[in-house]
Amino acid sequence: MISYGQHQFPGKLFVVEGTDGSGKSTQLALLYQWLKAEGYPVFFSEWNSSPLVKDTTKRAKKRHLLTPATFSLLHATDFADRTERDIIPPLKAGAIVLADRYIYTAFARDVARGVDRNWVRKVYSFAIKPTMAFFFRAPLNIAIDRIVSGRPTLKYYEAGMDIGWSDDPEESFTMFQGKILEEYDRMVSEFGLTVIDASRSIERQQREMRMLIGPHLNKQKRARSN
Amino acid sequence: MQFYGTPLPGVENEDYPGKLIVVEGTDGVGRSTHIALLRTWLESRGHAVLDTGMTRSVLAGRGIKDAKTGTTLGRLTMQLFYATDFVDRLENEMLPALRAGFVVLTDRYIYSAIARAEVRGIDPAWIRSIYGMALVPDAVFYLRINTAQQLVQRLLTSGRGFDYWESGMDLSLGEDLYDSFIEYQTRMLKVFDRLTGEYGFQVLNASRSVRSVANDLKRAVMKVLDEPVPAEDNVSLMPPPRDKAPTKPATNLLDLNKKALP
Repeated sequence: MISYGQHQFPGKLFVVEGTDGSGKSTQLALLYQWLKAEGYPVFFSEWNSSPLVKDTTKRAKKRHLLTPATFSLLHATDFADRTERDIIPPLKAGAIVLADRYIYTAFARDVARGVDRNWVRKVYSFAIKPTMAFFFRAPLNIAIDRIVSGRPTLKYYEAGMDIGWSDDPEESFTMFQGKILEEYDRMVSEFGLTVIDASRSIERQQREMRMLIGPHLNKQKRARSN
Repeated sequence: MQFYGTPLPGVENEDYPGKLIVVEGTDGVGRSTHIALLRTWLESRGHAVLDTGMTRSVLAGRGIKDAKTGTTLGRLTMQLFYATDFVDRLENEMLPALRAGFVVLTDRYIYSAIARAEVRGIDPAWIRSIYGMALVPDAVFYLRINTAQQLVQRLLTSGRGFDYWESGMDLSLGEDLYDSFIEYQTRMLKVFDRLTGEYGFQVLNASRSVRSVANDLKRAVMKVLDEPVPAEDNVSLMPPPRDKAPTKPATNLLDLNKKALP
């Protein structure tokens, strides 16, 4: 088993991270369009998307079957399948892989739920170290406003209701997201995350991302034939 | 309450009145038969028993079974899916039962999972750190068989035949299920022998009759439960005490004959 930071693949892996409502998915979608238009072979991999694990997760969330430990392990299972299926093969083939959420999401959420910080890092030690990891940092109140106003109800686990901090979903959500943000901030230096100020305009954030990614693309083969 | 490594999150470190008893062994050594026998016997003696085993969790049991019907289950994914199943049962079945004073009998524990991972070339330290959340059991009984060929004999007599995963077909070890089964189970036996020392298994020779293995298990379980083996069980469990040995009358007869000879 090759550990985090030890893999040598010709492909490039870019990931976006951040609290819910930070706008990271929008940014990744724009990046995807740009890379495609430029002719790069590019693949997209989303959090919680393993075909083997999806049904279990869906059922577990609906029926509130998860504890902090099993929440962590089930998401690690999902992530392992994505790594083995969607991430490693294209990277070996020299493609660009874009991941919406990565191991740092697990570190932030699981630790916020009370899982041991070192244990969860060890669990994910098989993960490929990204070429760049962008952390979309939005002030807590902005992120919370975006989510709360965009949805009729907050989901049980999303709001951290399982931890039992508060019976009020909105209050629980605010506390949970605050703790998650703390964990993200701690990881900036630990993992060398690239912080993007998510309170600025979409266009400006996208320009910044493209500028930062550009130097890593020089050696990437373009799929377009001319 | 003692964990192998990083404890389960949110669990108070308190003692529990129950006992955690593990029955381990490779595929087809008769673990489920012995657990069923132990369970009936313990219940007849007034113990509340919970039995559990791999892939039986409410959370992940079905998902693992579904994943195993295909061949796209990767090595790491498999380990983590099993770990999810294990921790769900630990938190929702085993721990509550132990707190309530049950005897928990588990058909396999973390050792099978560790052995399967090691045979698949997974980092031994990694898999152990994941299962650090496991409770150290009160006893681990390893039903040991010498060779994979003996397991094959058992498979044939049970009529079960060869299973894709029990044959380690995902490892491409042989041309067909038989070759692969022999190679895979041989490797598993080797890893189990190594784990025996590491985790202090109590080894039982499983190539004997069900009855004699069951008797040994009962005696060993009584010890774990701090109960003296009662007299009525002595008759079937142990060789008769010397002074009441059935050979004694025979000796007497011989003496009588000797006396009668001259």
